[in-house]
Amino acid sequence: MNFPIVSSLILLPSIGALFLFFTRGNKKNNFTIKYVALFASAANFLLSIYLWILFDPTTSEFQFVEERIWIKDFINYKVGVDGISILFILLTTFITPLCIISVNNSIKERLSEFLIAVLIMESFMIGVFCSLDLVIFYLFFEAGLIPMFLIIGIWGGVRRVYSAFKFFLYTLLGSVLMLVAIITIYWLNGTTDVIDLYNSGIDVKYQNLLWLAFFSSFAVKTPMWPVHTWLPDAHVEAPTAGSVLLAAILLKMAGYGFIRFSLGLFPAASEIFTPLIYTLSVIAIIFTSLIALMQEDMKKLIAYSSVAHMGYVTLGIFTIQQQGIEGSIIQMISHGLVSAALFLCVGVVYDRMHSRLINTYGGIVSIVPKYSILFMLFTLAALGLPGTSGFVGEFLILMGVFKDNFLVAVIASLGVIIGAAYMLWLYKRVVFGKLVNTELKQMFDLNRSELFILSCLAVPTLFFGFYPDPLINTIEVSISDLINQYNFKLASKI
Amino acid sequence: MENIQLILPEIFLSLSIMFLLIFGVFKKNSSKLVQNLSLAVLIVTAVITFNENIGINETKLFNNSIIIDYLSSLMKIITLLAAFLVLIISSNYLKIFQIFKIEYPILILSSVLGMMVMINSNDLIVFYMGLELQSLALYVLATFNRDQIKSSEAGLKYFVLSALSSGLLLYGCSLIYGFTGSTNFDVIATKLNSDVYALTFGIVFILVGLAFKISAVPFHMWAPDVYEGSPTSVTLFFTMVPKIAALTVFIRFLYVPFLNLIDQWQTILIFLSIASMLFGAIAAIGQTNLKRLVAYSSIGHVGYALAGVAVGTNDGIQSSIIYITIYVLMNLGLFSCLLMLKRDNQYYEKIDDLSGLSKNHPMLAISLLIVLFSLAGIPPLAGFFAKFYVFKAVIEQSMYFLAIVGLLSTVVAAFYYLRLIKIMYFDKEKEKYDTDHGFWLKFSLTVSTLLILIYFIFPSQLIEVVSRVNII
Repeated sequence: MNFPIVSSLILLPSIGALFLFFTRGNKKNNFTIKYVALFASAANFLLSIYLWILFDPTTSEFQFVEERIWIKDFINYKVGVDGISILFILLTTFITPLCIISVNNSIKERLSEFLIAVLIMESFMIGVFCSLDLVIFYLFFEAGLIPMFLIIGIWGGVRRVYSAFKFFLYTLLGSVLMLVAIITIYWLNGTTDVIDLYNSGIDVKYQNLLWLAFFSSFAVKTPMWPVHTWLPDAHVEAPTAGSVLLAAILLKMAGYGFIRFSLGLFPAASEIFTPLIYTLSVIAIIFTSLIALMQEDMKKLIAYSSVAHMGYVTLGIFTIQQQGIEGSIIQMISHGLVSAALFLCVGVVYDRMHSRLINTYGGIVSIVPKYSILFMLFTLAALGLPGTSGFVGEFLILMGVFKDNFLVAVIASLGVIIGAAYMLWLYKRVVFGKLVNTELKQMFDLNRSELFILSCLAVPTLFFGFYPDPLINTIEVSISDLINQYNFKLASKI
Repeated sequence: MENIQLILPEIFLSLSIMFLLIFGVFKKNSSKLVQNLSLAVLIVTAVITFNENIGINETKLFNNSIIIDYLSSLMKIITLLAAFLVLIISSNYLKIFQIFKIEYPILILSSVLGMMVMINSNDLIVFYMGLELQSLALYVLATFNRDQIKSSEAGLKYFVLSALSSGLLLYGCSLIYGFTGSTNFDVIATKLNSDVYALTFGIVFILVGLAFKISAVPFHMWAPDVYEGSPTSVTLFFTMVPKIAALTVFIRFLYVPFLNLIDQWQTILIFLSIASMLFGAIAAIGQTNLKRLVAYSSIGHVGYALAGVAVGTNDGIQSSIIYITIYVLMNLGLFSCLLMLKRDNQYYEKIDDLSGLSKNHPMLAISLLIVLFSLAGIPPLAGFFAKFYVFKAVIEQSMYFLAIVGLLSTVVAAFYYLRLIKIMYFDKEKEKYDTDHGFWLKFSLTVSTLLILIYFIFPSQLIEVVSRVNII
């Protein structure tokens, strides 16, 4: 395997961005600009599909590993994929082209800059999911802040400045402790290479503090209660494509980090802190679901529901059961598809009516039938109806939790009911009911690009709902190996 | 005297200064010529330094009062290059204020000469001589726009406070001389006796003087006023060049004669470092003048460089040299942007003047964006690596408190850098600025921005250059 396929995945969007940078953006060539960006990201998607085909799911080894000397005697540039990371890469490369198609309707100004930011963001996100060195991981993890800050700040809504600052400073504050931890690991073990660290393990004495340092970063990014408050603000103010990237991919970095680093590197500490994660997750599920119930802004409601869904994810990860972790990953993929679709749905009506408030709408079912059908599908997927990917994830997670802790499982299951309540109520208030606001009559149904994007998201949502095997096959071996390693290290106290 | 060629750079520079001075006085309207000649002199001096000194084993001259080693050669070259860049981009600014005179390049050359002597020094007296030579030139430079009250005020303030600190420094030197019987660093090192408290006092006094020169908290009070009042091109010089020399002296002074007293001075340095990082970050938030803001930001950055010195290992020293090098690069980019904020022969230096820059001048705005994110230490830009190496060295010695405070203050500092970006990118645009900048200004902005941006592709090179500094 000589062709550096993983590095190409990271670089391709950046090269697209470079092209755009040298194309002067004006109204006339907006069309060309969009197609250049679309071409770069679509090519990346095909490349990642190719990677998935070549990928061998029967081993938990890292594949397509590339290693180059980067800083001499210190850090090597090392990337590669295993069963866990490949799905996130696919999710990223799948969502980004859809984001780029969706800018048609929402981004009016500075289109080429926007697309540059989105493409660079894609590069960084793929980098996060395939880096096999802690420093490289940190680099990509933090670098993503710059384009996201600009996306929220330049193209966002009324309170965009506040939200952008809050987003940036919250996440930066969370991350600096992780940097301290990474450097400490370097001095403890003499390397930051993830594979070497997996093999050698980290001294149990230091694990607790290191775990907490990583946790501070991931908890903010997940986001977990009580540090979730940046998310609703960021989501509400970000433009549609920004919200989609944020919800679909950015939040998954932390979940991925928990699996890859917290479980992989610090098993002893993970064991100690599992009750903490359980408590915070359960609070997140119940508490933010209740908050979501009371929201009047559609985007805010979906943002809070994201926090609740990520609560399930963290819960599932720390069950350290095969089903729990598999469920978490499928839940993340599913949430990536569904929340992206929901934000796009909100974007569709927002572009027409310029309001995100729920009480602006009502009774639009006969005006925009296609929209109502797709919106319903994603609403049902968000609340975890069997037959949608949301169900598979939630079901597996709850199964894992039941094995581990009955009480937590019962409370978490209650959250499912509240989740159904706020999603269905949202749908009822927006789509059904009497048509009061007469301006709504001028709304037109989905145009071709919107229909295309939402159908693209609907197909995998349903497909993986009925037939999750391709996903599970990909991750199964990697996860069982991770759990075996975990239990082995725990038993032998390293 | 067989080693006279080792101080050839200094000899050449001093002869050139004298020649240029006489030449400038006798030939009318020669400011442009003198400027160009000075640039040539700086380059030639750097080349001589590179040829004669780099690669030479540690050599001491003149009764061991001057030391030539890799550290001094490297820092001299950095100083010379930084001075060259300052000089080359300041001519437009000076012309607009009608202070484009022969004295300007000559004063810069003299202060560079002083810094080179400081960097070379292995003796308290030689060190003091160099320090005073550079300071005297800097006082005049601060007041260079003498028709403006603010500039004169800046110079006077700098003079009074700097003289005070020089006095403290000299007192410290005399204490050390009194208790060891020598001013030579090597002799002092052999006669150290940690039971003598007066010696500790001597170190403290000298550290105070040095902290003043490098504008570390709590001896930073002069910096914002002087930076604001001085002509912008001089401010650029202040924020970059003297700090390189002062940092070298910090390293040399602490690690050659007083390495064995590390327990005594390490705490002081940690305090200076933490105070500078925190204060620089917090005080910059309220500033509305860009030059004052830069002053506070440079105070913060000095804190990070000192954190490297405080560690007490070769790694720490190297990381702090890397830090100051990258810092010089970032400041160059920042000031190139400031020198471009010009409309109808007037320079703008309020932060609101950046408003909407991204719409009118997208390239300028994106360069400034990169420089600011780099100053804030966000990866993958060069500024992140600078901090990364420092904290790597700090954590190696388990100084977690210093590392965590330092990293937390980067978050605070990120706030005011973000505020500038917010003003540039999120706010309404104002009138356009001139775009007829000289070639060299555009050149320095492009080069510094590109270097900051692509540093992450070739991080090893700078480390390799610096890793030959081994003085412990």
